Amino acid sequence: MNNKAQDRWNEKSPVYLDYQATTPTDPRVVDAMLPYFTARFGNPHSRNHHYGWEAEDAVEKARAQVASIIGASPKEVIFTSGATESNNLALKGVANFHKDRKNHIVTCVTEHKCVLDTCRHLEQDGFEVTYLPVKKSGLIDLGALGDAITDQTVMVSIMAVHNEIGVIQPIKEIGAICRERGVFFHTDCAQAVGKIPLDVEDMNIDLMSISGHKVYGPMGIGALYVRRRPRVRLVAMINGGGQERGMRSGTLPTPLCVGLGEACAIAEKEMGTEAERLRMLRDRMYKAFMERLSEVYLNGDLEHRIPGNLNISFAYVEGEGLMMGIKDLAVSSGSACTSASLEPSYVLRALGVGEELAHTSLRLGLGRFSTEEEVDYAVDKIVGEVERLRQMSPLWEMAQEGIDISSIEWADH
Amino acid sequence: MAYSDKVIDHYENPRNVGAFDKSDEGVGTGLVGAPACGDVMKLQIKVNPDGIIEDAKFKTFGCGSAIASSSLVTEWVKGKSVDEAVEIKNTDIAKELALPPVKIHCSVLAEDAIKAAIEDYKAKSDQIKKVEAAE
Repeated sequence: MNNKAQDRWNEKSPVYLDYQATTPTDPRVVDAMLPYFTARFGNPHSRNHHYGWEAEDAVEKARAQVASIIGASPKEVIFTSGATESNNLALKGVANFHKDRKNHIVTCVTEHKCVLDTCRHLEQDGFEVTYLPVKKSGLIDLGALGDAITDQTVMVSIMAVHNEIGVIQPIKEIGAICRERGVFFHTDCAQAVGKIPLDVEDMNIDLMSISGHKVYGPMGIGALYVRRRPRVRLVAMINGGGQERGMRSGTLPTPLCVGLGEACAIAEKEMGTEAERLRMLRDRMYKAFMERLSEVYLNGDLEHRIPGNLNISFAYVEGEGLMMGIKDLAVSSGSACTSASLEPSYVLRALGVGEELAHTSLRLGLGRFSTEEEVDYAVDKIVGEVERLRQMSPLWEMAQEGIDISSIEWADH
Repeated sequence: MAYSDKVIDHYENPRNVGAFDKSDEGVGTGLVGAPACGDVMKLQIKVNPDGIIEDAKFKTFGCGSAIASSSLVTEWVKGKSVDEAVEIKNTDIAKELALPPVKIHCSVLAEDAIKAAIEDYKAKSDQIKKVEAAE
């Protein structure tokens, strides 16, 4: 164990294994941002003086940096407050613009809540939405997508990388289908930017949502890519001074824009080596669980998956109970007993993971600052706690006695 | 979510984890909850001929509050008569462990587990009495 990691545990701050929830802002990003809070504080929309020009230059440089990582033109990138706003604007904006001609949207059951909830609202406004199922791998069936598109379909919205299970949808193939059928293709790339190569031309993407704080940039900033050729038109949600080509009014937050730009520039440069390193760490972790524990199940496809994600069910051990025993690891549970709903993850259910297994899952997210020492420490802690809790699990006892748990008539409660 | 010190203590040092042989005379077994709901408790009591619970064991699949609730009731039922133990209320468990509203169901389950174990014990001893009477 290196000194840095040791110091961190001594300070009792848990090992961070939740990179899909948020990423720390890279110190290089913070450095780039700082001058724009103080010395270069101008309003980027002030056209009459040095302070404004300076801020505008910074914002436009950031726009170009964001555009570069997805192969877009800077003119096609608009800044938003985050991926939730980008997803709302893409879906509501495009749907409402075309509502007199078309009224159908295709998405997927495992999309992020901000896409699903936006679609529910559009349904209330009279739109029809098809929610594609996913295969056990977590990936959609391209044939089913093709079948779902009708002459009433205005757009398809499918995320590139999943926030819970890390699986990568076949974006290029989806883009090709959408282009051929003449429907807009929006993709939520909050978890994909900086993790996998993206190219809006090659992948025929018409709209793409980007998040700052998932790519080692600051919270409170995101972007939406909106294609210009052929032009994608949308109705703005926020009206005002007409900034961002009228699609999103409001003064741009210069430091945040600079941060997102810098984060994209760093990610573009380092993505290859970072992915390789994370894949090594991830494989080390996964292999250790598989070797040291029985009845461990990976949720979602392993091959079509970003390197920094594992979502694992530790059968017979309830996720929240497990998390309580590994307090010095910051992880997320698919059990969602931690939330008020007491319902297991809708995503795992959609994959066909049984409710009892869904209750036993942990999401382990690795990222830029994860170390081998942290991985080894986490594995030891989790393995130890799973073993302890299995010894006190009545389900584990039954399984050892050869009793099929599904043969028992459980009472609902 | 912040757990109370008592929940943490029972979670980290659970009392009376284990199992009795279900078929033993005087042993009552209660199995409540469902894996799909994320909570399963197995509570066992060992009752002596005077009707006093001499020992209790549990195994629980569930969150920290569920583990703590079942651990706590194994302590509470020991030394009580079967009739006293059946009076244990989920509200007492929730109060003792300072459970938040979303975790009240854990204490309800623990109460159900005691009742189920006692019912099983009674059904078994009635069966034995019947057999003895028949002989």
